[in-house]
Amino acid sequence: MSSARFWLASLAITAILLVLTRWQIENGYFYFAAYVVLQSVVLATAWNILGGYTGYINFGVGAFFAFGAYSSVVLHKLTTVPLPVMIAAGGLVSGLLGFLMGCLTLRLKGVFFAIATLALAIVAQTLIVNWAFVGGSRGIYIIRPQHAPLAGGYVQYLYSLMLVLSWLSIAIARTIERSHLGLGLAAIRDDEQAAEASGVPTLRLRLLATTLSGALMGMAGAPFPYYVTYLDPTSSFSLAYAVNAVAMPLIGGMTSWIGPVIGALLLGTVQQVATVTISSALNLLIVGLLLIAFVIIAPNGIVGLFARRRVRRR
Amino acid sequence: MDVTLGLAANAIAAGLLLGGFYAAVTVGITISFGMLDIVNIAHPAFIVLGSFVAYTLNSRFGLDPVLVGIIAAPAFYLLGIAIYQLYYLAFERRGAESIQGLAFFFGLLFVGEVALILVFGVDYRFVSARYIGPSLHLGPIELPLRMLVPFIVSLLMVAVLQLFLGRSFIGHAILAVSQDRLALQLMAANPTRIKRIAFGISIATASVAGALLIIIQPVVPSVGRDYIGRIFAICVLGGMTSFPGMVAGALLIGVVESLTATFYGPSWAPAVAFGFLLLALAVRPSGILGR
Amino acid sequence: MIAAAAAPLLAVTGLGKQFGGFVALDGIDLEIAEGERLGLIGPNGSGKSTLVNCLCGTLRHDRGEIRFAGRRLDGVPAHQRTRRGLARSFQLPRPFGTMSLVDNLRIPLLYAANARPGMHLGDAAIEQHCLALLGAVGLADRARRRPRELTQVEMRKLELARAVASGPRLLFADEAMAGLSTAEVEEILAVLLRLNESGITIVLIEHIMRAVMSFSTRLVVLVAGRKIADGMPQEVMRNPEVERAYLGE
Repeated sequence: MSSARFWLASLAITAILLVLTRWQIENGYFYFAAYVVLQSVVLATAWNILGGYTGYINFGVGAFFAFGAYSSVVLHKLTTVPLPVMIAAGGLVSGLLGFLMGCLTLRLKGVFFAIATLALAIVAQTLIVNWAFVGGSRGIYIIRPQHAPLAGGYVQYLYSLMLVLSWLSIAIARTIERSHLGLGLAAIRDDEQAAEASGVPTLRLRLLATTLSGALMGMAGAPFPYYVTYLDPTSSFSLAYAVNAVAMPLIGGMTSWIGPVIGALLLGTVQQVATVTISSALNLLIVGLLLIAFVIIAPNGIVGLFARRRVRRR
Repeated sequence: MDVTLGLAANAIAAGLLLGGFYAAVTVGITISFGMLDIVNIAHPAFIVLGSFVAYTLNSRFGLDPVLVGIIAAPAFYLLGIAIYQLYYLAFERRGAESIQGLAFFFGLLFVGEVALILVFGVDYRFVSARYIGPSLHLGPIELPLRMLVPFIVSLLMVAVLQLFLGRSFIGHAILAVSQDRLALQLMAANPTRIKRIAFGISIATASVAGALLIIIQPVVPSVGRDYIGRIFAICVLGGMTSFPGMVAGALLIGVVESLTATFYGPSWAPAVAFGFLLLALAVRPSGILGR
Repeated sequence: MIAAAAAPLLAVTGLGKQFGGFVALDGIDLEIAEGERLGLIGPNGSGKSTLVNCLCGTLRHDRGEIRFAGRRLDGVPAHQRTRRGLARSFQLPRPFGTMSLVDNLRIPLLYAANARPGMHLGDAAIEQHCLALLGAVGLADRARRRPRELTQVEMRKLELARAVASGPRLLFADEAMAGLSTAEVEEILAVLLRLNESGITIVLIEHIMRAVMSFSTRLVVLVAGRKIADGMPQEVMRNPEVERAYLGE
């Protein structure tokens, strides 16, 4: 798909979805569920920039998500800014965290990198737990504003924002994928030492990837306090975000922007259905089983299953 | 001054006891990850499974939890063998990158946790035994028996394993595999069989470690998540393959956590241990070279 | 012929490297003139690969100085050295497995050659250049395929092509012919000769004596981390120390 066609199609789809759903769908629950699914699209896409494109597995997804959420809490308590500004702030804060993580892990690869991300997430969580201003371990209640900027309820507004954010993250991922940066990241993924010998500034690109990936995850977390209205460290830093962020690109396909989207839409919807029909504990079971099944049977994901037919052209 | 010293002394003592227990938790990972390069990030799930097995047999039949841990170990050994077989067929034989193995075990971690939730629910479970409650007093230092017993059992288990690795034929074979796979193949020994046995042993240790865990604290299925980082932290700090190093690392982290909890509050304890790990990974060569 | 009076392209003084207690390189002095074909030989474990790794930046040397085209290389990261014109091919080919052959070459072209001041090739020019390089090693017909479809000798050629794509002035060919048949060795030698004729200085690290002798204009022998001989190939091979070093082989 050429770039021009992608931009047109994706913008059109996003706009149509936005207008159509808000105009046609009355059921409030749809927006609650759709928000979560779209949030996972952003998280999966963001994760994949570092995971699928660059080959570095980040288990600390919860930390980046939560830092975005808590930066909104801080802003909410100090002043009044529109949510899009909070989203930008969340991106900045988690981007910084990503940069920091990149710096701390410059000499690490593979499994040791993954373990370090876990350690960093725990340190980050401990900092928030001990910060009384944002509620500490007891959590904090966030009251939604009375009126939403667009017509309709506040949850519809959140849904709209997350839809736009999904489009943004997909657009960024695709742009990276097709750029020189994407080629450099792929080289790092395939063989970092050979990449370095070929002139790729591997450390610099790694920092770029961790920062960008972190920033997007922070942006996904920024509206969360208003969605959930009660924010606490245990649930916002949950490892469940990590397992989803790993499973969705793996199931969808890690080498392309389409993979995380497919994986997130599929897995996200399944989990929402399961929550309603059976129980929410089953969610993680489904994710875990699908992750195991796909990594054994189809490690290149759904996209990989179809890619064998088509010859990829650049 | 006296109060602080007394407090510190007790914190250190508690930390040492805790650290001893951490050794039991980590020895399995030292074998599977440190020696065999298998990133079994699901190890805590097996430990929690061990805790629930101990809970079930303790509450149902009144059996001593440590006894349960030991009796159940062979079953865990078989479970470990089965899982390694799957892991080998799906990944090692294909020469797949460690990313896939990591994802496999990550998924297993969650499957294990949720399976336990479905069976046992989300209530805290605990065991009862004669040594849960009373404490030993050494001057100003109080040593709760519910921590002292796991400390002793844990170190015993590590010592037994160390002897096994150093004296027995299979133990030597495991050490050989961990050091040089190629050499072993050239000697016509089958590394896969050795790795299978070793992995089985590592899961068997989880049975005992789980029993010890539920003696020390009440257990809920999600408690495994607290231990993922800890066990890898201790394994790396201990130099990956060395048991004495691992014990030293475990004691260190136990003491650091305990001191932090005593003087700064329990909510700070996790961060300090992992701050250690991050520094260790940033500086130590064994963290840098990677596998 | 080679201008002996000009400053050396690569000047190594007192290079030392040790791993723990093991001394891999013990004070190496070496000069390479532009346009040379240098053969670097020595028994296994003599430090040849360590030397290459230190010169290319994969490893950090402990002591000594490296100057390339007059500028110091000490502390300069590997990717920067490649940008300055130092390239290497790996002993065991390490292609980028998930990419096409063209993309394999595109990377060094983009990140090394095109990153130099004054260079700015457009995408179309880069693509053409990659295809031309593939053509030079006979792989143009498989430009869009993946490396795993290549034979051993083809992978070696890809490895060389990738090193050349970075536009180097000096190329280290690290055991590019190990395990190949006689005919295949000749193929690789021909490629290297063509590269040298186009202006690239080549250091050939090799065990296949026949190839080294026929290719090199100068020979350097490394034994146990020390340089024991440096000169015209025929003279070096007559050196009694060199003979002794190879009696054990």
